[in-house]
Amino acid sequence: MLDLINVSYDTQIPNNVGLSSDKRVLKALEKWHPGYINWWSDLIPQNFQQSLVYLRTAVSVDPKGWAKFDYVKMPEYRWGVLLAPQVENRTIPCGEHLGEPAWQEVPGEYRNLLKRLIVIQGDTEPASVEQQRFLGLTAPSLYDMRNLFQVNVEEGRHLWAMVYLLHKYFGRDGREEADDLLLRSSGSEEAPRMLGAFNEETPDWLSFFMFTYFTDRDGKMQLESLAQSGFDPLSRTCRFMLTEEAHHMFVGETGVGRTIQKTCEVMKANGIDDPYDIDKIRSLGVIDLPTIQKKLNLHYTLSLDLFGQEVSTNAANAFNAGIKGRYMEHRIKDDHKLTEDTYKVWDLVDGNLVQHDVPALTAINMRLRDDYSRDAAGGVTRWNKIIEKTGVEFEMKLPHEAFNRKIGVFAEKLFDPEGKLVSGAEYDDGIKNWLPTHADGDFIQSLMKPVTEPGKYASWIAPPKVGIDNKPGDFEYVKLHMA
Amino acid sequence: MNKPLKQHLIDPEICIRCYTCEMTCPLEAIEHDDNNVVVDASKCNFCMDCIPVCPTGSIDEWRVVNDPYSLDEQFEWTELPEQEDIQTAGGEAETGMEALDEAMAALLADAHAGAGGKAKAPASASKPTVNMYNLGKPAEATVQGNYRLTAEESDSDVRHIILDLGGLPFPVLEGQSVGIIPPGTDDAGKPHLPRLYSVSSPRDGERPNFNNLSLTVKREENGLCSNYVCDLQKGDKVQLTGPFGATFLMPEDSQARLLMICTGTGSAPMRAFTMRRQRTVGAKSGGMVMFFGARTPDSLPYFGPLNKVPESLLKKHLVFSRIPGAQKEYVQDRMMVEEEAVAEMIADPNTHIYICGLRGMEEGVEKAMTNIAESIGQPWGALRDTMRNEGRYHVETY
Repeated sequence: MLDLINVSYDTQIPNNVGLSSDKRVLKALEKWHPGYINWWSDLIPQNFQQSLVYLRTAVSVDPKGWAKFDYVKMPEYRWGVLLAPQVENRTIPCGEHLGEPAWQEVPGEYRNLLKRLIVIQGDTEPASVEQQRFLGLTAPSLYDMRNLFQVNVEEGRHLWAMVYLLHKYFGRDGREEADDLLLRSSGSEEAPRMLGAFNEETPDWLSFFMFTYFTDRDGKMQLESLAQSGFDPLSRTCRFMLTEEAHHMFVGETGVGRTIQKTCEVMKANGIDDPYDIDKIRSLGVIDLPTIQKKLNLHYTLSLDLFGQEVSTNAANAFNAGIKGRYMEHRIKDDHKLTEDTYKVWDLVDGNLVQHDVPALTAINMRLRDDYSRDAAGGVTRWNKIIEKTGVEFEMKLPHEAFNRKIGVFAEKLFDPEGKLVSGAEYDDGIKNWLPTHADGDFIQSLMKPVTEPGKYASWIAPPKVGIDNKPGDFEYVKLHMA
Repeated sequence: MNKPLKQHLIDPEICIRCYTCEMTCPLEAIEHDDNNVVVDASKCNFCMDCIPVCPTGSIDEWRVVNDPYSLDEQFEWTELPEQEDIQTAGGEAETGMEALDEAMAALLADAHAGAGGKAKAPASASKPTVNMYNLGKPAEATVQGNYRLTAEESDSDVRHIILDLGGLPFPVLEGQSVGIIPPGTDDAGKPHLPRLYSVSSPRDGERPNFNNLSLTVKREENGLCSNYVCDLQKGDKVQLTGPFGATFLMPEDSQARLLMICTGTGSAPMRAFTMRRQRTVGAKSGGMVMFFGARTPDSLPYFGPLNKVPESLLKKHLVFSRIPGAQKEYVQDRMMVEEEAVAEMIADPNTHIYICGLRGMEEGVEKAMTNIAESIGQPWGALRDTMRNEGRYHVETY
């Protein structure tokens, strides 16, 4: 019998899907593999490829085996195909097929819809590694460097997960799509990544933390809704990816939190009460809170655009087809068909923002975005607790969802972070206080000095409260290869 | 009075509300509101499935309570409450902190009784995992090796057993014990209860980064389990429970000084401590001093390898009580000879003391300690209580 819990290493590709007895897919993946390794090798600076990084690798997909920590060289990381265990008699959780047995093969009528969703999800995974490729050079500590690389190898594994689905279930055009995932490249003129936010560079570590907090959280919400899919292999893939995605949330939330913590500590130690005494605060080698707020404004609003149009027939179709569910679909108590329900969405009527009811089916994106905003707001509250505890008077907040939008009903007009419609002149005047300026970027960049001594941290960030895998403070998370 | 129980909690200051634990819990014992993620004490069965999936470490929190914190209380928290002082007649055995398994907890409580009060882990110790495997769900290990540590002609047969856990996670810290289930059934036809053995390898394995561990086991005449273990052959399968123990642990502080006093197989945790230091900090540490007693050099486990450990890492006093023609010397005798050095150590708040071996050694060591403490004007009872409360005094005898 196939062992579907423990990871098998009898092929080049670790997996729990019985690859060794699935010659067709194994061959396709083995053909794809060298391209992947080349992509990785060209991407990450060489001395990091040779360094020993304290990473976690899954040895099985049951809870006790999926986080095995050890030193690994990144190119030797066991990327593989891991699906959460199959739930017996699982049924389609939503839409017109509600209650029917979940599909184990692609339903023909939804083939293109499914493929597109998988390709879009797959495209974001390598994109973020590309965006973050140079951050290792300026890591504020070995601990942070290790966290970056953990995020990177897991994004790489997520690409593998999507490629497996394409190879296994979508035949020749699936294989072509899988190849294209390695051809597109973040920020490229000729072949950019599919979603806008994944073509922006991640220039510094605060951006990285904001990215993992906000953008990866969008990824988490997308995975959550795909984990509800009636197409069982996709659901199982996404469920396992979510356990890894949690680490990325962790890196983002604690990264921003530790940055805030250090700023507040330094302010207190130097008797600075005014958070807007920016020059003085910056002269002490930490990032002032208003600048952190501006970074937050930028990354939050960019991530909102990833949810697409508020009212969308595509989203309605995907839900109705049972391809994509809602966040926590199984815990929602309604008919899971949304034939009669309505949902509140924003609209612009005569230049005014109003909320009105639309059929809930067409507002699936909006609903997911609202769930996302609620989820994102939690961390902001916890950051404010850090500030409060140090005694500094300042409050971080999420800007209004109308601010700085490029997609959806707000895209046409100019709003301030409070959601007030403003004139072009007012916007131009306010923007330097709302979004990071070049000067802000230059200042942050000036702090990006690598720190590679175990247990030591750059001036602008506090050490973590708990080590990875309960390791002590001076643990050498990366044994750097010295060329 | 209610029996105190150990309650699983989540640290709201560290938790990032990713809800991975909630989705992992097979019993739906974990839930959240807009504020916190909380554990329902009436549902949690300590299966530990949620521990490795947590990205933050916030999940690994435990409090011994008379009445469990309710969900509503937990929802309100902004930080975890301190451990309250819980008065129990039976000490740690009833609180279940060392092992959730009552039989194992009772064994450990008995072993730690010599410390004279409630045992506490060093403040900086890594958090131990306990009870990952139990009688109902043991871990199967494969014997990788079984080596006699004592000379053939010695009447003491002490074995170094290496067990391979294969792909099974088995996170064990130096100083922790594992249970071995001897095969067969007792007179009443029930399976035998596990016997506890202290692990003698460091946390990253007998061989670094191999998922294996070692035990140091002495063959006891008519000993059901010790004979079973000492007769194990390479390739044999062994049923393990544990890990157990949450106090006899080493400080995770390279500058802490360790004073280790042991006899016979009581050297097992000391070997683990020493190897841990060797592999992590080497001679840059605060140093370790060992008083190790046996009858003769050829019955002293690890005599050869021990002599190769540099004195800068581990200062060794190997003491023998049956050398023909020589006067009998016990660990407490040598401690008196080294009185000044020992006194200097026990006066240093950086020192952690570990005593492990046969119960019989306790009395002599206690006397020596009393004398030495008095010589620096410290009443031993009070000093010992202070050290124990600070997690710096540990006894495990059997």
